[in-house]
Amino acid sequence: MNEARLQILNGIRRSLQRGELSGDALKAVEARLAEPPRGPAVARAALAQPDKVALFCQWAEANNATVARVAPAEVAAEVSAYLARNNLPAEAVIAPSPQLAGYDWSNQKMLSLRRGRGEGSDHVSITGAFAAIAETGTVVMASGPEHPVTLNLLPDTHIVVLRESDIVGGYEEVWERLRARYGKDRMPRTVNTITGPSRTGDIEQAMELGAHGPRRMHVLVVRE
Amino acid sequence: MSQSPSASSSRPRRVALFVTCLVDLFRPAVGFAAVKLLEEAGCTVEVPPLQVCCGQPAYNSGDRATTRAIAAQVIDAFEGYDAVVAPSGSCGGMLSHHYPGLFDDPAMKARAENLASRSYELMAFLVDVLGVTKVAAQYDGRVTYHDSCSGLRELGVKQQPRRLLASVGGLKLSEMKSPEVCCGFGGTFCVKYPEISNAMVSEKSADIAATGADTLLAGDLGCLMNMAGKLQREGSAVRVRHVAEVLAGMGDQASIGEPDLGKR
Amino acid sequence: MESTAHDFKDNVDAALADPNLQDSLSKLKVGFSERRRQAAERLPEFEALRDRARDIKNHALANLDFYLEEFERKVTALGGHVHWAPTAEDARRIIGELCQSMGARTVAKSKSMVAEEIALNEHLEALGIAPIETDLGEYIIQLRHEPPSHIIAPAVHLTKAQVADTFLEHHSKLGFTKRLTERNDLVAEARYVLRQKFLDADVGLTGANFLVAETGSSMLVTNEGNADLSNTLPRMHIVLASIEKVIPTLEDAAVLLRVLARSATGQESSAYTTLNTGPKRPGDLDGPEHYHVVILDNGRSAVLGTEMQDMLRCIRCGACMNHCPVYGAIGGHAYGWVYPGPIGAVLTPQLIGVEEAGNLPNASTFCGRCESVCPVRIPLPSLMRHWREREFERHLTPKAVRQGLALWSFLARRPRLYHRLTGLANRMLALFGRAQGRYQTLPLAGGWTRFRDFPAPPPGGTFHAQWRGRQS
Repeated sequence: MNEARLQILNGIRRSLQRGELSGDALKAVEARLAEPPRGPAVARAALAQPDKVALFCQWAEANNATVARVAPAEVAAEVSAYLARNNLPAEAVIAPSPQLAGYDWSNQKMLSLRRGRGEGSDHVSITGAFAAIAETGTVVMASGPEHPVTLNLLPDTHIVVLRESDIVGGYEEVWERLRARYGKDRMPRTVNTITGPSRTGDIEQAMELGAHGPRRMHVLVVRE
Repeated sequence: MSQSPSASSSRPRRVALFVTCLVDLFRPAVGFAAVKLLEEAGCTVEVPPLQVCCGQPAYNSGDRATTRAIAAQVIDAFEGYDAVVAPSGSCGGMLSHHYPGLFDDPAMKARAENLASRSYELMAFLVDVLGVTKVAAQYDGRVTYHDSCSGLRELGVKQQPRRLLASVGGLKLSEMKSPEVCCGFGGTFCVKYPEISNAMVSEKSADIAATGADTLLAGDLGCLMNMAGKLQREGSAVRVRHVAEVLAGMGDQASIGEPDLGKR
Repeated sequence: MESTAHDFKDNVDAALADPNLQDSLSKLKVGFSERRRQAAERLPEFEALRDRARDIKNHALANLDFYLEEFERKVTALGGHVHWAPTAEDARRIIGELCQSMGARTVAKSKSMVAEEIALNEHLEALGIAPIETDLGEYIIQLRHEPPSHIIAPAVHLTKAQVADTFLEHHSKLGFTKRLTERNDLVAEARYVLRQKFLDADVGLTGANFLVAETGSSMLVTNEGNADLSNTLPRMHIVLASIEKVIPTLEDAAVLLRVLARSATGQESSAYTTLNTGPKRPGDLDGPEHYHVVILDNGRSAVLGTEMQDMLRCIRCGACMNHCPVYGAIGGHAYGWVYPGPIGAVLTPQLIGVEEAGNLPNASTFCGRCESVCPVRIPLPSLMRHWREREFERHLTPKAVRQGLALWSFLARRPRLYHRLTGLANRMLALFGRAQGRYQTLPLAGGWTRFRDFPAPPPGGTFHAQWRGRQS
């Protein structure tokens, strides 16, 4: 395997007519990795925070998610109400996150919640979100004990509880937050950036929702 | 575009017409229309006799050596003129975009770059360089315009012919749904892959028919002959001309593929 | 995948005569290009992002060895494994062995053009392992035993009715005996059938849109979420990616993502863009225990440093084929191998040889529409022309073409002789064509007159003859 590795690397170097990078050339690429330069700034999401939140909601809805803006005390009630509105059973698997546990679920007597990862038989999941991107209406999930990835993918309906303060302008701010939280050398196993429900255009190029991932996404945007 | 030697307006621009092989052989009227438009815009026009072709057939067949030889010929023949103008986007593009890359020899490369800086497609030259905004021609008809690929994508020819057509008395312009899609000529492509070319020109023909136009115009004779040939095979009554002919007031002559009964 | 590129002309004939294909293509031609145009218009920074995307890829290619090694370092540090596969054979062997090490009976696959390139499915099947295509389009064509016809929409050549027939044929044994007519019902049936397969799969195999050196992550862009199910549920995740997929940083990824989705489907962002970094961590409730990245060369390192290098910038968006009038006339299968359209015309001769695939770069009018929409500004027509040059040098150009060209070249370099001969031709064509103004048949011009009339020159002589006449 080492031979194969050398074969490829030497093939590249031969074609580029140089040996391994060294000296200034090496320093330059190392510096670029250490301080990644950004591309052209996208003006669309360079807004004040309240406008970022509004932009996020707009784009999320344009991508077939539904959005409800609520106060923290209203989170649990909105979840129950959403399920009822959509004729869904009042049960869900919920991500085992302290943040979600911090909302008051106690008054939702009809709502049956199981904490854990997603299973093939789950119809509804409830998760938080690491961040969200206003530019595209995208929620960002970072995997970990508090956020199993299967909750983002297996159930038919995915309910996301997102704090307004976690909505940022563009991808770049998400990367900054990930590096700050985890360090670039220890990224979570999976970062899903999700824009609306699952979809496909593979039959006659017309869009249908719910290809393999969730058919429905409901985002609760929680003020603080 | 770089400064030409006679930047002052005190003497007229000395323009050399790059006739193109297709115009020379199949429709000289286009060349005369170009001369007329250039002279009316204040240029003196000469036609260097030792010109044949820009070299695209060899270039697009992968024969760089022949292309270089032809390019050298063109560079020699067109030395010294303020501007070299072709009634063709593909030939204009060949001279202004592709000639310099043919030469490794620094001296020839420099001469090619010099020629490139002085080479233009006719519509772009009239409007962008000479500042022509209108013509005095009359043409009673509904016209649709096909944007030939090289002119459009290499040279940015899009608004210029439309601008001038808008000044032609009696002329109405009806745009196709897809004026920028290739007509399927592609030089040798249309005879190397005739079935694909036919599929492409058939679509173009349907697009033309849907405009209700009685006349098709474009700036490249290869495209025009391709589209005219298809329209006529289908029994269409649409007449096909080079845009220069209409702008120069020669729109009453026999159109492409129409029998020429001597009307002048 | 076995190539039929040498049968290009026959493939074209079949494609032009296929009413289902032509119906599908007529939708494709309008749909994709219109959506891309709108997406580009909505983003004022789009052109600047394209320039930057080109520059990022160029930088990555110029330092490819460094970034590959950095990627490997990061993956390994987090408990993943990187395998180096110089050839297709190596990649097949490595992946086969990895699957066997898991005792895999099934592999859930998300769409990967590289997997097609190395004919992975056949290899796995020969080992008694069943590859399950999970991308809806790939699933459909797997059932039909057809290759993909587009790099992001593999079943784009099929009509809804054809999909319904296929599902009826293959799903009835699973209890689905009704022939469906609605798209959403077809999607729902496929979702149900494939869901169990995701849950049962021992190994998930995906491609990668990008490999991010900075973090040791593979990045996947889908709309369905099938890739994410494939890389989360099974115990092993294998990523198969070619060397030029490596990019330096997450910021670079952001630029490329912004131009990728818009160029491909006109979306601002695909539904799922996922970064996978290594196997599951302690405390994770789900995720694969094993993460392996197989990096394939298969002839790409040899392209670096040559006049063809720019083709390695490709981010596999499909915009070129969506805008190509030739692809729009003949569809993807006619190209005869994995990669169709303009990028296929350039990449296929590189990977399987210009002797086999020579027709592909020749079947182009150089209209330039592909280059005008390529998010990383690959000069596709120039690259196709370079292939024609190589064919010419190697005398692969058909004899008739070479002879015609040689005759024309001889004359073109002798203007006086040329003008005399064309003057003669002009007069003859004008004379015999005078009555009709055009020819319906013409010797030596059969390719033209089969489908079109040939306009006759008007009487009066060539332009040069008339001009000389006027001057004197």
